Amino acid sequence: MDFSIFGYQFMQNAILSAFLGGIACATIGVFVVLMHMPFIGVCMSHAAFAGALLGLWLGFNPLVGAFGVSLLSAAIIGPLADRGELSPETSIGVIFSLMLGLAFLFMGLMPGTKSGALELLWGSILTNTRSDIILLGIVAVVVVALVFFFFKEIQATVFNRDTALAVGIPAAIFLYGILFLTGATITASLRSIGGLLIFSLILNPAAAAYQLTYSMKKMFLLAAAFGVLSGWVGLLFSYFFNLPSGATIVVTSSVIFMIAAIFSPKRKVKGWQSQPLSEQEP
Amino acid sequence: MDDELIVIDKAVVSYREDIALRGVSLKVSKGEFVGIIGPNGAGKTTLLTVVNGMGKLLDGKVRVLGHYLTPGNGNSLRKKVGYVPQVQNIDPRMPICVREVVMIGRYGILGMFKRPRKADYEIVDEALELVGMSHLSQRPIGHLSGGELQRVSVARALAQQPELFLLDEPTASLDWKAQSDILELVKMIHDTRSLTTLFVTHDLSCLPVTCDRVVLMKEGLIWAEGSPAELLTDNNLSRLYDMPVAVVESRRKKAVTVN
Repeated sequence: MDFSIFGYQFMQNAILSAFLGGIACATIGVFVVLMHMPFIGVCMSHAAFAGALLGLWLGFNPLVGAFGVSLLSAAIIGPLADRGELSPETSIGVIFSLMLGLAFLFMGLMPGTKSGALELLWGSILTNTRSDIILLGIVAVVVVALVFFFFKEIQATVFNRDTALAVGIPAAIFLYGILFLTGATITASLRSIGGLLIFSLILNPAAAAYQLTYSMKKMFLLAAAFGVLSGWVGLLFSYFFNLPSGATIVVTSSVIFMIAAIFSPKRKVKGWQSQPLSEQEP
Repeated sequence: MDDELIVIDKAVVSYREDIALRGVSLKVSKGEFVGIIGPNGAGKTTLLTVVNGMGKLLDGKVRVLGHYLTPGNGNSLRKKVGYVPQVQNIDPRMPICVREVVMIGRYGILGMFKRPRKADYEIVDEALELVGMSHLSQRPIGHLSGGELQRVSVARALAQQPELFLLDEPTASLDWKAQSDILELVKMIHDTRSLTTLFVTHDLSCLPVTCDRVVLMKEGLIWAEGSPAELLTDNNLSRLYDMPVAVVESRRKKAVTVN
């Protein structure tokens, strides 16, 4: 095979984007998996997509629109999920359908060719520019730094919000923080991975890590590793077989999840053992 | 005066569209063990949420450990209040072990940007030892039984080194053995740590009979309070739970009580 391709600027940009996007998305994924709110990812990515289309239609920077609308939807989902007036799935579902509707509405209102819109739907990591990478880098650094500095508050909040609140942690602030980070990460990854496909890069690496460990720290590290691996392997397949990069990245992340699920120690039946559980070293 | 850790004055609290507390006043002194009894929906849990600053007061005044409660100042109070809820459903795959869950009790007190130190681990291990869970400290939290989960909840509350100990139906949905184990544990902790304890239950068989005072609640009001011997008569209970005296009598004979 010809590997000279890695000498080109656009390929180096793509590799760096996959690295940064993989880490940021997978870290967000750990939150949504542990809080049992996977559809927050779907909802926010469609909100970002709708916002970007609004930008394209009205002629301002689509990423500004994406960021604004995803933060807006986070601000709506947050109180609904926090107060438990509706089940989170119901409230997220309502916002999701609204965002999908708005996205198609803006696409219909947009004059001329829709290729810009479709690009945001599928993503194109191979055309990432320096400014895309800087944005991804900022978001990845912020996400990782916040997890590092607020690990104990985050651990308590995703374990159980009521418990976190009862020991004196301002759990609502952390819930909102997590939602806003989700919006920022999705916005920064929108051009690389695309609005339709980004959800699987959030969910799959974290869900795979979830199968493999009982330590939250390891789960964050494994998820980030799987996210980066998905990006890089997907990129290789995209290049060598001339396939759309967003799609190969997503399929790779799904394959990683399936392998993790098959080999998960959490699925093994512990029932038949020579000695009772309590006498075993865990 | 300083002995009064909790002073609730005509508290009115709504829960959704209903009024959950309709002007409740209660004083609790340092070192007391108070049992709060009443049927489901009487406002017992709401009373606890008022004490730990989670309930939203519509009217009345509440002072707990010297804090006057206003919306938004509950976090500093809750660091000093150990709270044990009902058995919670926990995702069996949740990646967090028993010792880490107990350590969450230290997180509020530690404050942001501070990592647990050796002293915190010592407090956590001591709490695990006291509730008899040291041997399971590395076990994933989702793998425990209901009784073990409640021991962990008690240990987490202890790790806060609280001044006030609140228990909300801690024995609900546990088997008989686990129920009496938890009751003994709570009583022992109350005595050895000289805590002030509020214990909520709808089930009289799950009330430590050694409690100093009982508060009977019904329909968002305190219906009676006093010593257990005076108040917990078949007659009173039949009126509290709207059941014929004979039924109450036969139920109590079957009930397992713990000393």
